[in-house]
Amino acid sequence: MTESKSGNKSLSLGLLVVGAAMMGFALVLDVVGIRVGYRGPLLIAGALAVLAGLYFYPTIEHHRGIINFIFLFPLLFTFTVTVIIPMALGIGYSFTDWNGVKVNNYVGLANYTSMFKDPAFIWSIVLTFLFVIVNMILVNVIGFLLALLCSSKIRGTDFYRASYFLPNLIGGIVLGYIWQFIFSNVLIKLTASAFGMRNSLLSNSKTAFIAIIIVYIWQYAGYIMLIYITGLSTVPKDVLEAASIDGADAKTTLFKIKIPMIASTITICTFLTLTSAFKQFDVNMALTNGTGSVKFLGKTLSNGTQMLALNIYNTAISKNNYALGQAKAVLFFIILAAVSIIQVRISNSKEVEM
Amino acid sequence: MKLRKGPATALIVVAILVAAYTLFPFFLVVINSMKKANDIVANPVSLAGASFAQLSQNIQNVVTNSNFNFWAAFGTSAIVTIISLILLALFGGMAAWVICRNKTKWSTVIYMTFIASMIIPFQVVMLALISTFRDVGNFIGIKMLQSIPGIVFAYLGFGGAMTVFILTGFIKGIPYELEEAAAIDGCSPEGTFFRIIFPLLKPVITTVTILNGMWIWNDYLLPSLMLGQNGPVKTLPVAVQAFVGSYVKRWDLILPAALLAILPMIILFIIAQKQIINGMVEGAIK
Repeated sequence: MTESKSGNKSLSLGLLVVGAAMMGFALVLDVVGIRVGYRGPLLIAGALAVLAGLYFYPTIEHHRGIINFIFLFPLLFTFTVTVIIPMALGIGYSFTDWNGVKVNNYVGLANYTSMFKDPAFIWSIVLTFLFVIVNMILVNVIGFLLALLCSSKIRGTDFYRASYFLPNLIGGIVLGYIWQFIFSNVLIKLTASAFGMRNSLLSNSKTAFIAIIIVYIWQYAGYIMLIYITGLSTVPKDVLEAASIDGADAKTTLFKIKIPMIASTITICTFLTLTSAFKQFDVNMALTNGTGSVKFLGKTLSNGTQMLALNIYNTAISKNNYALGQAKAVLFFIILAAVSIIQVRISNSKEVEM
Repeated sequence: MKLRKGPATALIVVAILVAAYTLFPFFLVVINSMKKANDIVANPVSLAGASFAQLSQNIQNVVTNSNFNFWAAFGTSAIVTIISLILLALFGGMAAWVICRNKTKWSTVIYMTFIASMIIPFQVVMLALISTFRDVGNFIGIKMLQSIPGIVFAYLGFGGAMTVFILTGFIKGIPYELEEAAAIDGCSPEGTFFRIIFPLLKPVITTVTILNGMWIWNDYLLPSLMLGQNGPVKTLPVAVQAFVGSYVKRWDLILPAALLAILPMIILFIIAQKQIINGMVEGAIK
């Protein structure tokens, strides 16, 4: 390393100077407003040259620091541009009349107060909470029962495990359309011949909500099952043996030993179902797109199956009301953060008691 | 824990019924992709009218449909997913290693910011993300919206936190003596990372690649916003959504399109079932 030090130094300084000059020139072009096509590549090439110059800089004591910087840079940079800056801007925009392109006026809390006067939005909040609670219970119970099934001593558990998990591999949009086909073309035939029911589940707000829950459980229970299987496999064999020697039956073993011993797994699974049900969007969009009439707070609403994430999307993108959509999104974030913190607190205190 | 014969049979029956239920939609997609439109509507559950000739005819109709542009969408999805996964593994490993091996105030702040950001729902950043990307793109003269580099950039930003979180947990378990020994032998820090640490990360990189891969391949909202519903570049979920929108109730086109969209994932799952299942579980537990 030492013999090439002087060579490295001039190389390094050269790269630093040239890179800085390229970046500077590109930025000057941007600021002045000369929209030539090569200014983007020039900027990137300049930045790479500066990084290379830093890398070749001949120093022993600072080399580690330089490497740390270069190693952290790519992810920190993309993270800042895609998460931190939009997050800060988004919170700021929620207090303005932002239209997606520019801000004209600061409006204070007007967006926040106006969304609570909208029954359709309140309905979406209520519906989302209902969806989250129902799914948190059903997905966890079903997932746990399937896990017990797949860790019992029947043959072919590998096959069952794989087929229960399979729906989780498919994206929400595609499976939403597959289920739309099932509800409107297949199920209707079966119910028509069996009970004379000729309407699809999707044609009525209440049954359409049940349909979304069915699809969500179909998609998600297999995944939760996998985590419970892993949790159950950590219950020590000798504890189970001791229990059976002491004459504990299957039910006692389940409730007194297995469930208490996988308390941390239950925490993980409830947390996962909670956040994922809360953010449900794809299936909601593909299956009903939020439509369906419902009577709520004395008004007839047309968004009978629209949950929060879809409501935010439609407010901003379809109705072109960016500032209001952004304010709803901020509220969505606050609710999600609060609910998850409360949930983790409760589960943690339960775990300690056990 | 011995099972008597009765309950065991009952369990098997339940297991088979549940499997039939979870697999039934896939079965319907396959058999109805093999039929003509009127056979689908008349007998959605039976095999009547299904043939392989019709399957290839339907698939041909979908693939050659100029509104769908299947291969272009498939190619875009594949490129976006593969490049994002490679870069996430590489940059994620680099960042996690630095965070793990430097116990300074800064590395803690960065790590905590990454972890805290995982609770941020996409909805709260998505609107400002589009305007930021548009402005940055205009400013530097590289298209960030409706472009593959732009969307890869966004996936690096959104996937970085979880990737670093999982990788840091693993790197903590690698003995530091390995790196000290390499340093004494005259190995540079970057050499230590690429020659010693990175190869050791293979199992955990498999995990994050599976988690990120399933997310990126199936993701709809981010590409639909960044690429636009009718833009020149589309990923597969965006193309399916646009296609279904323009052929409402044309199940003889929609179902084969759905089949083509889910097939790569299913093939991958059959090949790498064990790794995918382990990856999904490990990702959740950490």
